[in-house]
Amino acid sequence: MNGFRRLLRDRSARLGLIVIAGLVFCAVFAGVLAPFPEDVNTYHLPRRLLGPGGINFLGTDRMGADIFSRLLFGARLTILTAVVATTFAVLIGVPIGLIAGYYNNRLSDLLMRVSDVFLAVPQIVLAIAIAQTLGPAIHNVILALSITYWPFWARLVYAETRSVRNEVFVEAAVAIGASPLRVMALHILPSIASSVIVRTTIGLGGTILVAAALGFLGLGPPPPTPEWGRMIAESREFLPQAWWYAAAPGVAILLVVMGFNLLGDGLRDALDPRLSRGTDDRTDGR
Amino acid sequence: MRLLAMVARRCLWMPPTLFGLLLIVFTVSHVIPSDPARVMAGENASASQVAAIRHQYGLDLPLPVQFLRYVKDVATGDMGKSLFTQRPVAEDLLARLPATMELALFAMSLAIAIGVPLGVVAALRRNSWLDHLVRVVTVAGLAMAAFWLAILLQLLFSMWMGLTPVRGRINGWGPDPITGFFTLDAVLLGDWETLGQALRHLILPTLTLALPAVATIVRFTRAGMINVMSSNFVFYQTAMGIPRRRIVWKYLLRAALIGTLTQIGLIFGNLIAGAVVVETVFDWPGLGTFAVNSILHSDYNAVMSFTVFTGVIFILTNLMVDIAQTMLDPRGR
Amino acid sequence: MIAPMDADLLSIRDVSVSFTTESGTAHVLDEISLTLRRGEIMGLVGESGCGKTTLARTILGALPPNARARGTAITFDGRDLLTIDPREAADQIRGRAITFVPQDPFSAFNPLFTIGDQIFELLRWKSPDREAGERGYPRTRRRADHERALALLRRVQLPDIERLLRKYPHEVSGGQRQRLMIAMALLPEPRLVIADEPTTALDVTIQAQILRLLRELAVERGVSVLLTTHDLGVAWEICDRVTVMYAGQALETAPIEAFFRAPALPYTRLLLDSLPSGENPLRGIAGDVPNLVNPPPGCRFHPRCPEVSDVCRASRPPTSEPAPDHLVRCHHPLAVP
Ligand SMILES: Nc1ncnc2c1ncn2[C@@H]1O[C@H](COP(=O)(O)OP(=O)(O)OP(=O)(O)O)[C@@H](O)[C@H]1O
Ligand code: SF4
Ligand SMILES: [Mg+2]
Repeated sequence: MNGFRRLLRDRSARLGLIVIAGLVFCAVFAGVLAPFPEDVNTYHLPRRLLGPGGINFLGTDRMGADIFSRLLFGARLTILTAVVATTFAVLIGVPIGLIAGYYNNRLSDLLMRVSDVFLAVPQIVLAIAIAQTLGPAIHNVILALSITYWPFWARLVYAETRSVRNEVFVEAAVAIGASPLRVMALHILPSIASSVIVRTTIGLGGTILVAAALGFLGLGPPPPTPEWGRMIAESREFLPQAWWYAAAPGVAILLVVMGFNLLGDGLRDALDPRLSRGTDDRTDGR
Repeated sequence: MRLLAMVARRCLWMPPTLFGLLLIVFTVSHVIPSDPARVMAGENASASQVAAIRHQYGLDLPLPVQFLRYVKDVATGDMGKSLFTQRPVAEDLLARLPATMELALFAMSLAIAIGVPLGVVAALRRNSWLDHLVRVVTVAGLAMAAFWLAILLQLLFSMWMGLTPVRGRINGWGPDPITGFFTLDAVLLGDWETLGQALRHLILPTLTLALPAVATIVRFTRAGMINVMSSNFVFYQTAMGIPRRRIVWKYLLRAALIGTLTQIGLIFGNLIAGAVVVETVFDWPGLGTFAVNSILHSDYNAVMSFTVFTGVIFILTNLMVDIAQTMLDPRGR
Repeated sequence: MIAPMDADLLSIRDVSVSFTTESGTAHVLDEISLTLRRGEIMGLVGESGCGKTTLARTILGALPPNARARGTAITFDGRDLLTIDPREAADQIRGRAITFVPQDPFSAFNPLFTIGDQIFELLRWKSPDREAGERGYPRTRRRADHERALALLRRVQLPDIERLLRKYPHEVSGGQRQRLMIAMALLPEPRLVIADEPTTALDVTIQAQILRLLRELAVERGVSVLLTTHDLGVAWEICDRVTVMYAGQALETAPIEAFFRAPALPYTRLLLDSLPSGENPLRGIAGDVPNLVNPPPGCRFHPRCPEVSDVCRASRPPTSEPAPDHLVRCHHPLAVP
């Protein structure tokens, strides 16, 4: 509670929270908020490439669909992709990091080596390779992102676990005979949770960027899915005239990612005063 | 001495890391798809075409055999042929390397040249309007999709204002290749006309790639400066009347940059990754456009080879960063 | 007898320093007055947190940004350091006429540069041969400075000097680092060295060696030293005179003999009584160090003073001179035999 109040005192964290709340709101109520909900899969060619204004608040795209409506439905997709992919990455990465950090043995070395191998290529490059093999579909994007993203959490949790492994409260738990699983879940995990939460928040923003890049490269879900990255790719043919077509989805991405980054920074200040803003090693890719 | 040991240790780790990387790529390309030959042949291939490919690429052999063959081929510099152009992929990748490297190095230099002083000044004037401005720009810089920024800059400076070329690396052919870096080759040849052109083409892609890098560098430099500004050695030198600018730009900066340097490898990786999408926007004939073209043509072997190739570059960069860091910080030596 | 004016090198008159902090304004120094003569070693004694380092920083003009200094004057060699042009202070006073030996030799070196680099950086700006405002580092001066540095490092008994200069700070011992710090304080040929607890970070045997060295060098060169310490033993070892501070007030100044034999201030008496000795086990002084945001009015020692009376709580005591050269600020000074 105290942490939450401290979070709300931070101006940028407040801003981030508002943006993300707005995103979630848009995603949940896309059907109600969108002036033309049917425009996600229908088209009206006579109305194509209209500039912003009038009934099409942000203009229309090459199919004559309302860009604003498509953006709102795209928010759903964005949240879904980011949350599911990041959750998988956390679910894979955190246990691996915990185990490797808890036991300091061959297995730890092996696990960390494996995550190093994954980190030996920029995340997006590996994601491209995987998405390419699997074919363009939303679940494949999610899979590609989770497979390439978990090592960031494994590394973080490993380092944090190593640093608390020899603390008195952990030793005490081991001494009274708690099982390793119990020690990890009930003693170590809570004490490193704040850094995981911070990293996950910022990681959500990173996931959105990579997902958008995959969409831009044509590796995302196929049309007519209103994926933001794909929308930008589609707009390129119609530049420089249809500038709104390119601008609107980009601004949406910018706002949402900024929201997560600001919230992450604020969370770090609120939850983990020993880490000051910007000094941790951010290892999430773009 | 320690430096040598460190380099040796890192070099020893390189083969296993590469081996692991190949294993991942092999898994992605040969194990995950139920029928890799089908994937390679493309959606419209006939059954006999698929069978031909299966045989031609040895896909009918047991997986471990295929993998060992693959490792052997890559180790000898053979990355196979492009399914689309039928040219050796390794050659194409090497031919495109200079374009990407030139871009990445320009972006990196620009990012350092802007990011470090900005980070220092923001730290010195903490909470001034400049600091706040820098903060807003860095937050935005890290949240912007690189391909979108590229399009935006292209729209603004090339299409509307006509100040910079819309796409490409040069008009017509580049200078006779010496290093493959157009700017450097033009200088070596004394061809100023070409140099000017190459630079004009570089402006926008460089700016696009540099922005997120600037943001990261500013953040870390600023944090590093603030961290060391309250050190005792700063107070000592101040109390001994050493000029402020000397303390800041010589003694504080080096300490602050150690933290920034840990990020340089990562930033470089991000530059290469960013190049994939940014090159596409500007039609920059580097590794990125190669990768994207291969994606478009479902040129599957090319995409996998691109992944391995990038991995090698990335591993080498990280090695160099580690060496630089060890040289900068005597405590670790 | 009052010493003639020109014998004073440094004269601090009623200087106060306050810090702006989150919990309010901390009045850390309160109307300090202090005089330092040419060639003498003055000990500034007081408990941790009484403001010794703050006074040193005030003289050096190197206070942190949240500090504010006021007062009548800090006269050094005829110039007022409170009103001096900051650029002139940085160029001519700090590190040149007045040098500094820090409390902790471990952290006062930048860990990323060699010792030699840091010594020659100092000489580049603070060599006695440097002309005011000179920017570069001409080769002839550099060579002379090199000789000068080698000679002094030898004088402070550092071994294998050429190699030492190429080492990094973490590669030499604490005692060697403090010798280096002392050498660096003397290289610019200053008139005053401010040594801020120069030996607290070192172990006892090395402490004594370093103190003796500091005294020898100071006497040999006629340099004045202002040495702060919370350790009366250190003061006894090398000082000519001692000033006692309590919670930001300077309360008693006396020659070393008189100080230990016949202090006039009740606080000094208690300090001396609390020194561990054969029969007496260590005894602290009852009560707590006061909060400096809301310091006690009048004499700041009054909540803990056995001689306290109403006047102590109401007003700051005036300065009296119970014996020649022995100054005390107390309403009820102890009798001096
Ligand atoms: N920058 C600052 N901001 C606020 N308060 C400060 C600052 N520097 C020092 N103080 C306070 O001023 C008081 C005196 O500090 P100072 O360092 O001068 O004491 P000291 O006598 O040197 O103590 P020590 O023996 O521990 O070095 C302390 O209460 C300290 O908390
Ligand atoms: S002035 Fe009063 S309180 Fe202060 S030391 Fe003297 S007797 Fe004690
Ligand atoms: Mg002190």
